[in-house]
Amino acid sequence: MANNKDTIIAPATAVGNSGIAIVRISGERALSFLQTYFRNNKKHIKLDSHRLYLGRLFDVADLVIDEVMVVYMSPPGTYTCEPVVEIHCHGSRQIVRKILELAQSHHIRLAQPGEFTYRAYLNGRIDLIQAEAVSRLIHSSTDLSRKSALQQLDGLLSRQLHYFSSTVKQVLVYIEAWIDFPEEVLPEENIQQITDSISHIYRQMNDLASTYKKGQYVHSGATVALAGLPNAGKSSLMNALLQQERSIVSSIPGTTRDTIEQSFQLEGIEIRLVDTAGLRSSDDFVEQEGVRRAKAALSHADVVLLVLDGSVTLSDQFADIVSSYRGTTSVLIINKTDIMSHEPDLRFYDGPVVRVSAKHGDGISELKDKIVSLLLQDYLPGAEPSYLTEQRHYEALVAATSHLDNFLGNINDVELDLLSIDLRDCLQSLASITGEVSSEAVLDEIFSSFCIGK
Amino acid sequence: MGYGKEYQVIVVGAGHAGCEAALAAARMGCTTLLLTMNLDAVAQMSCNPSIGGLGKGHLVHEIDALGGEMGINIDHTGIQFRRLNMRKGPAVRAGRAQADRMAYSARMKVVVETEKNLDLKQGVVEELIVENNKVGGVRTREGIDFLARTVVLTTGTFMRGLIHVGMNSYPGGRAGEPSAENLSQSLRSLGFTVGRLKTGTPARLSAKTIDFSRLERQPGDETIRPFSFTTDKIDRSQVVCHIAHTNEKTHDIIRRNIHKSPLYAGVIEGIGPRYCPSIEDKVVRFPDKSSHQSFVEPEGVSGTEMYPSGLSTSLPADVQLQYFRSMLGFEHVEIMRPGYAIEYDFVEPRQIRPTLETRDVGGLFHAGQINGTSGYEEAAGQGLLAGINAALQCLEKEPLIISRDQGYLGVMIDDLVTRETTEPYRMFTSRAEYRLLLREDNADIRLTEVGRMIGLVSDQRWRLYENKRSQMNEAIEVVKLTLITNKNRDLCQKLNLGELKSGVTLEQLIKRPGISIGQIRQELDVFNDIPDSVLEQVEIAIKYDGYIARQREQVERFTEHEKIIIPDDVDYDAVASLSAEVREKLKKFQPVSLGQAGRIQGVTPAAVAVLNVYLRKKSRERQTEKRS
Repeated sequence: MANNKDTIIAPATAVGNSGIAIVRISGERALSFLQTYFRNNKKHIKLDSHRLYLGRLFDVADLVIDEVMVVYMSPPGTYTCEPVVEIHCHGSRQIVRKILELAQSHHIRLAQPGEFTYRAYLNGRIDLIQAEAVSRLIHSSTDLSRKSALQQLDGLLSRQLHYFSSTVKQVLVYIEAWIDFPEEVLPEENIQQITDSISHIYRQMNDLASTYKKGQYVHSGATVALAGLPNAGKSSLMNALLQQERSIVSSIPGTTRDTIEQSFQLEGIEIRLVDTAGLRSSDDFVEQEGVRRAKAALSHADVVLLVLDGSVTLSDQFADIVSSYRGTTSVLIINKTDIMSHEPDLRFYDGPVVRVSAKHGDGISELKDKIVSLLLQDYLPGAEPSYLTEQRHYEALVAATSHLDNFLGNINDVELDLLSIDLRDCLQSLASITGEVSSEAVLDEIFSSFCIGK
Repeated sequence: MGYGKEYQVIVVGAGHAGCEAALAAARMGCTTLLLTMNLDAVAQMSCNPSIGGLGKGHLVHEIDALGGEMGINIDHTGIQFRRLNMRKGPAVRAGRAQADRMAYSARMKVVVETEKNLDLKQGVVEELIVENNKVGGVRTREGIDFLARTVVLTTGTFMRGLIHVGMNSYPGGRAGEPSAENLSQSLRSLGFTVGRLKTGTPARLSAKTIDFSRLERQPGDETIRPFSFTTDKIDRSQVVCHIAHTNEKTHDIIRRNIHKSPLYAGVIEGIGPRYCPSIEDKVVRFPDKSSHQSFVEPEGVSGTEMYPSGLSTSLPADVQLQYFRSMLGFEHVEIMRPGYAIEYDFVEPRQIRPTLETRDVGGLFHAGQINGTSGYEEAAGQGLLAGINAALQCLEKEPLIISRDQGYLGVMIDDLVTRETTEPYRMFTSRAEYRLLLREDNADIRLTEVGRMIGLVSDQRWRLYENKRSQMNEAIEVVKLTLITNKNRDLCQKLNLGELKSGVTLEQLIKRPGISIGQIRQELDVFNDIPDSVLEQVEIAIKYDGYIARQREQVERFTEHEKIIIPDDVDYDAVASLSAEVREKLKKFQPVSLGQAGRIQGVTPAAVAVLNVYLRKKSRERQTEKRS
């Protein structure tokens, strides 16, 4: 079982789009998490135990994740007998995901299935009659869930993971043989060969880890948000993409005040399309709030559509907007091509550009193709050999990869016996998905591969 | 017939385990008897004449730190010292020494003979005296009853030993010595599960019939690092070993005669070690290898017997001679003693506690090959701990258990009590999870205080230890405070340091790859008379700081489950949701802690979680009972 001292987090409500979602944290870091990221406007709030507070949750970059209600419960009167925090947020997968990611940056790890209950039991919270039920639950949630998860996974994926751990083990076998049998005739120490074989799977592990995001899009959908100056035709574009009159369209700049969200299906991916208020400074309080919300929505988007009005002269404000979204996945859309007089100079932008006329529907299908290809890149569901969908697997793989990163970084500077520590840690991380590789197994391999014996 | 004198500790067998056990018990103040079948065979090296090597050298250093004898004895009688793995990392540097076999045995015998509180006697133990599941002494073939509160059995390969040379087999404990036929029956009738293992040894060759000019020379180290922390330096003159090779012709001879090997004819039932296969095994299992190497090690400075390592065998003597003579340099070799395989009884070690006391017979301890291990160092380590725990029991003190993060001794005993014995157990560094913390160089730092506490560390050793600690502190202070700037021209040039803007401390320099504290010492006169061995330790602590911290963190996590004790009277049938297989394993091995339970093969993490829940529930219930 995982370390019982760690602070853990997990969604307490079913994952999916619902009115409200609850995320639960248990452990020593629970309160400091709230103290760091939860505020009511600018003010930090003193949190009394067992009271509900309204405020906002900010991320590391100080951007709002969501408006939330939180409750802090001090021990021992909590479910787990540890400090517990519950965060009630809006029921969107994206928001829940953001909160989970934020928590991990605060050294809070994802709970294993049943772990809250397990702690409740360990700490004597649950009465004895429940003992059997609990232990059965735990039973089914560690070993069995690992096995069933592996069964559920595409056979290819499980084979690939086993390939990773067996490659690492194979290298470890060589290293351990060189260490423990210095007087035997063994294959020569070949650091280059080891480096090559670890670099090879290191790349593959990274590739596999990167499929997690894409896999997430397929499973949980993606957010695509429209950005641009007022009256660039964002709302028209939204309606054109949705093929319905969702946003109010008018020639008055600043018609869209609040963010408007609507989902539609694109090649099997659920796209949550968000229309936002045009980005400009304004004295109007309502418009100011609209701009703030627009920025928040844009910061959560998986793809930002930068909409440019092709019929007017290119302004510095637009260039500013573009530069503020540098680094995020984006498409620059030149709208109103039907009334465009001359081609704008887009040298300040190095991403993909699509020309559309939202009004006439020209270029819309090209835009849709572009969005899909940006989300999935060369990833095609079913065509790629394997991809990760479970966050726990993703985390284990990322941890394993970081140990190999260490290994490769140190290979020329430190000795074999230290390098073996990185490999063992890597195997340990993979073990939560593929099962344990014991030192006995390494010895077995040494004796069957090499002729050892004095 | 009684003997008239009552002992506190009786040790049966005067091999490497027995000598350490008896010396430890006597030095801790217990009246001790050491019984051996043959007074002329104390601390015999039945197989290769060397001490140390990977994992094994680590054990010797730990034995030494606790106040054992092995390290001192090899320092006195070693004729070639080498430190292995100097470039493979700080934790896996290991000492190895060739011994003058006769001198090793002779010196140990004198040490044992002259120890106060210790009687060395010849006698064959036939039977254990046990009453109410408590040992009371031993009965010898001569009909003498020696009585004692505790007994340590270190039977080596002698219990029902059966020697095989080709298809001939005869009872024996070692070539030329009789076996002990009745003791294992006595153990069986007490309810112990007894198994059978096999090991083997090569022929001994006559030096004058070997053409050494055709073999590769292998000298020892120029500067010798002794095994014992108390040894200042080694004075004995050193010898050269040689390396010989088998060839296709050798392998052909072995293949043609394989049917004459009792191993392949199915005569031998005991299981042999995979890490020490016979030459016939090597030839059969690795047919692609056209040559195997053999270190030709002298058994002493005065005698002519040579030990050819890696060539143990059970083939008939004429075949042995034939294949040796096919090897370069061995064309006219004469065999002085033929090689042989030996089968012997051992007692499955799951029947002992981590103190080495048997579960079912109080006061009875097992150490060495009786526990299914092989190797002098493994035996000596267990002997030492068995002797210590027998003495502690007599003195009515808490037993001593070394944990896995404290020493290889702990790794070994924990492995013994949590694993099925599928072959003779040998130490490897890869068995230790926290290898970086368990180094030869810091064995004294890890264990001298423990040895002092139980009364085995002499005042002299303790002074040396305190001195080393203060030298370490001094060295650490020097490296932290000494600032190097470009003014230290010689050093900068030697180490290729380039521009040092505001200067760096020695500590920062040592952290850099490729820079050693030894190089600094050569150029900079800051370390006064601090010995190199101390500087090496300081260097390791600085250079590998990050890795060491990581291992310490892992230890902390590991310790959590070690602290959860499983009471002796635990009822595994009452623990819901354990699978039948897991339940059976737990009953069989009876782990003492939750951590140990998790190391038993077949006990899943889920089962550990379930057990954890159960244990907490039980301990809460117990507390409530106490309160009411």
